[in-house]
Amino acid sequence: MTGALIVGVLVAAGVYLVLQRGIVRVALGFVLLGHAANVLLVLSGGTERRGVPLADAQNAPPADPLPQAFALTAIVIGLGMTAFLLAVAHRGRDVIGGDDTESDEGTST
Amino acid sequence: MSGAAPLPIALPILAAGGAIVLRHRIPWPRALGLSAIAIHLGLAIAFVFATRTGEVLAVQVGDWPAPFAIALAVDPFSALMLLVASMMVVTCTVFAIATGEDHRPFFYPLVLVLLAGVSGAFITADLFNLFVFFEVMLIASYVLLTMRAGASQVVGGTVYVTTNLLASTIFLLGTGVMYGVTGTVNMAELARVVPRSPGAIFAGALLLVSFGIKASLVPVHGWLPSSYPRATPAVAALFSGLLTKVGVYALFRVYSVVFGGGPGFRTALLVIAAATMLAGVFAAMGAESMRLILSFHIVSQVGYMIMGLGLFGVMGLAGGIFYILHHIVVKTSLFLAAGAVEVHEGTGALNRLGGAARRYPLLAAGFALSAFSLAGLPPFSGFFAKLVLVRSAFASGSYAIAGISILVSFFTLLSMLKIWNAVFWGEPPDRHGDAHSRRAGSVAPGVLLAVVSVVMGLFAQQMFELSRTAAEVLVDTTPYVDAILGGAP
Repeated sequence: MTGALIVGVLVAAGVYLVLQRGIVRVALGFVLLGHAANVLLVLSGGTERRGVPLADAQNAPPADPLPQAFALTAIVIGLGMTAFLLAVAHRGRDVIGGDDTESDEGTST
Repeated sequence: MSGAAPLPIALPILAAGGAIVLRHRIPWPRALGLSAIAIHLGLAIAFVFATRTGEVLAVQVGDWPAPFAIALAVDPFSALMLLVASMMVVTCTVFAIATGEDHRPFFYPLVLVLLAGVSGAFITADLFNLFVFFEVMLIASYVLLTMRAGASQVVGGTVYVTTNLLASTIFLLGTGVMYGVTGTVNMAELARVVPRSPGAIFAGALLLVSFGIKASLVPVHGWLPSSYPRATPAVAALFSGLLTKVGVYALFRVYSVVFGGGPGFRTALLVIAAATMLAGVFAAMGAESMRLILSFHIVSQVGYMIMGLGLFGVMGLAGGIFYILHHIVVKTSLFLAAGAVEVHEGTGALNRLGGAARRYPLLAAGFALSAFSLAGLPPFSGFFAKLVLVRSAFASGSYAIAGISILVSFFTLLSMLKIWNAVFWGEPPDRHGDAHSRRAGSVAPGVLLAVVSVVMGLFAQQMFELSRTAAEVLVDTTPYVDAILGGAP
């Protein structure tokens, strides 16, 4: 239940930020959405049915390592994506003069 | 042959690494890049040959026992997709060499990583690895798109990156839900478990949304026309052939192997297909620059592929697969032709061009062939691909979608004529294009692909046999599942 609430709050905050106009806020929104996905991945291993990883092996079945590996991979990818998005935002400040995503309309080249 | 399955991924990655190290020694990145792509093409041809009667080549990476290892599998569908992907990378690279685009730093490493990601997505038999390879492909494409880093690229890149990031996040959520419900992400195991897990439908819906965004289905297609026309010509051509089609491939793979054709999704898919075809083609008729028109056509044409998936059955899928193969070749050819005109004339705006047929007769001929093929006139590949789809629609009683698909063909022809009239006919404008940049290398790739489309039309029977074999493995997944799990229960 706690896990579900965490995912819900993270997604809500993430969606709110992604819908903002400033590219930096959008990037932060994607950070939160990425966290939501990572928490959900860890939860998919069934945290309530299982114990802590390794430490308490004789009482409960140990945590499922696979979703933790998924989350780890997703965190790495998310870091790269965030860095790239911020780099684009930085470049946008130079060539567009602001971080407003609506400042150049029209789709022709 | 199955031991070679990881090579289409490993080879480009290794070559990319080499090209980064040697990037200042000018001939080396090009030599490494071209030879890696050539070997990739050779491998793809060998895979198509090895799987032509429906074999599935599976390999467990690291030799771990079946459900635990990272599974890679090449079935006829993957092999065909690998082959066309490889062909597109070859032709677009030749075009990039001719126009000087390949001199940009990191051009070859990025194209090779893109190729590795696309190949990985085609070969993997694991939902999470599909996500990873999508990301590998997308990271390379983000950088390729924004390589020129002008204001236009930053704006287009922002739209492209944020939309795809959202799609990837939804994909990740879908994978998490799938693992939570079924306890596996191996596609062969999923094929066995999902029919017994009603909750998997939620994961399926999330994946449909995610792949739908990546394949640019209506109503989530807006990112494509606002980003593709802003890339450099060679990169736009490369994207037009590969990226959305990986989304379409994922839809085909997941819905047929994991969800057994998902009867509950079919009506929805057909409605989406119809909306995509119509919205794409009408937007194309209103657009005013070559590459924007062609971008909207990608949207419209993806509708035909999804129509094949929605019809399902061997014939529907065979039509869809034939259509994907035809579309990748023709669309890349058109983008290369448009790119060549842009490079020579300095603009892609319809009202500033004219008389190009007189100045570039070969280019005009290639464009005309591809345009006819796109619209579906006989004897080009587009006609036969559409014929299979429409016949399959009639056979299953879906008359509405058949009618819409024929109607859209007429509008496609109409908007191709719009490009033809504005760009290739009429009087050239008062400017003089820079004659020094007119090089055969920028015209040849597009024309070559137009010829490939004609050949695919002439050998339509053989193409259809290959597509049908690929569709059979998607409909009856037993060989695929057995090859991956080794017949284990």
